[in-house]
Amino acid sequence: MSWEQRTALVTGASRGIGRSIALKLAQQGIAVAINYRGNAVAAQETHDLIRSNGGQCALYPADVSDADQAQDLVNAVLKDWGHLDILVNNAGITRDTLVLRMRMDDWDRVIATNLTGVFACTRAALKPMLKQRFGRIVTISSIAGLIGNAGQANYSAAKAGVIGLMRSVAREVASRQITANVVAPGLIDTEMAHQMAPEAYNQLISQVPLGRAGRPEDVADAVWFLIQADYITGQTLVVDGGLVMD
Amino acid sequence: MANKEQVFDKVKEIIVDQLGVDEEEVVPEASFIDDLGADSLDIVELIMALEEEFGLEIPDDEAEKIATVNDAVEYIRENA
Repeated sequence: MSWEQRTALVTGASRGIGRSIALKLAQQGIAVAINYRGNAVAAQETHDLIRSNGGQCALYPADVSDADQAQDLVNAVLKDWGHLDILVNNAGITRDTLVLRMRMDDWDRVIATNLTGVFACTRAALKPMLKQRFGRIVTISSIAGLIGNAGQANYSAAKAGVIGLMRSVAREVASRQITANVVAPGLIDTEMAHQMAPEAYNQLISQVPLGRAGRPEDVADAVWFLIQADYITGQTLVVDGGLVMD
Repeated sequence: MANKEQVFDKVKEIIVDQLGVDEEEVVPEASFIDDLGADSLDIVELIMALEEEFGLEIPDDEAEKIATVNDAVEYIRENA
């Protein structure tokens, strides 16, 4: 089956890295299901960008932290497109503060979206992928999940968690030609990164060997690489300009 | 629930579809793993398909006991 006949679901695709991934996949001729939670205006922009380039896509509002909504989301994609070949778990939120100041609600919400949401979407998507004997799952982690980050205990825990989750999934479904991999971005020029104080942001860039913040397209390129790869599974690809070199 | 033949025929249909085996191979005493070539994922998919078809939920500890075609038919007759 050529990529033109494939369907991808990208969660959190209204803005930032998710939008860039949606655009990249649509460029390959893949039909893209654009999931978003709150920002309908931005999601519509992603949709219009893809359509204006001749791509295929549709909008699917859902909060992936709710397992029922995640299941309904996958069901809706299957109903509209008939199959689901690629899942990109990108949706994520931050609630940054130091551990000592972190409320349980800050912890729970970030875990619910960034870890439990990945589990819920993956579980829902695996069923059709098993039937198809083909699937590609790519989850967006973060270098915070590899080396930690002060002020992001919740986010780092979830981002480390998805690495273990994807490795287990990779082992469980490898016999069906389904791969599960992770992309761990470093500092990427998105709205989320700019929630950081400008001084901290610039300080971090000064430590990046390649000398600049990453672009969302840099992450999308890595995602597309892993989607094309038949013989790579359970891996974490770090896209950080050389910052970590783990 | 329907009679044994009806349940068996439906179960057979699902097994043929899930495991890609010939109808003649699906006899009551056939073991999913030893005779029908199923692996652990096949079994999970099969159990899920049976749950969907017969509108029941088979707990993991019960599912583990379903090793043959007849085990599946008997479980469904008793629980559906």
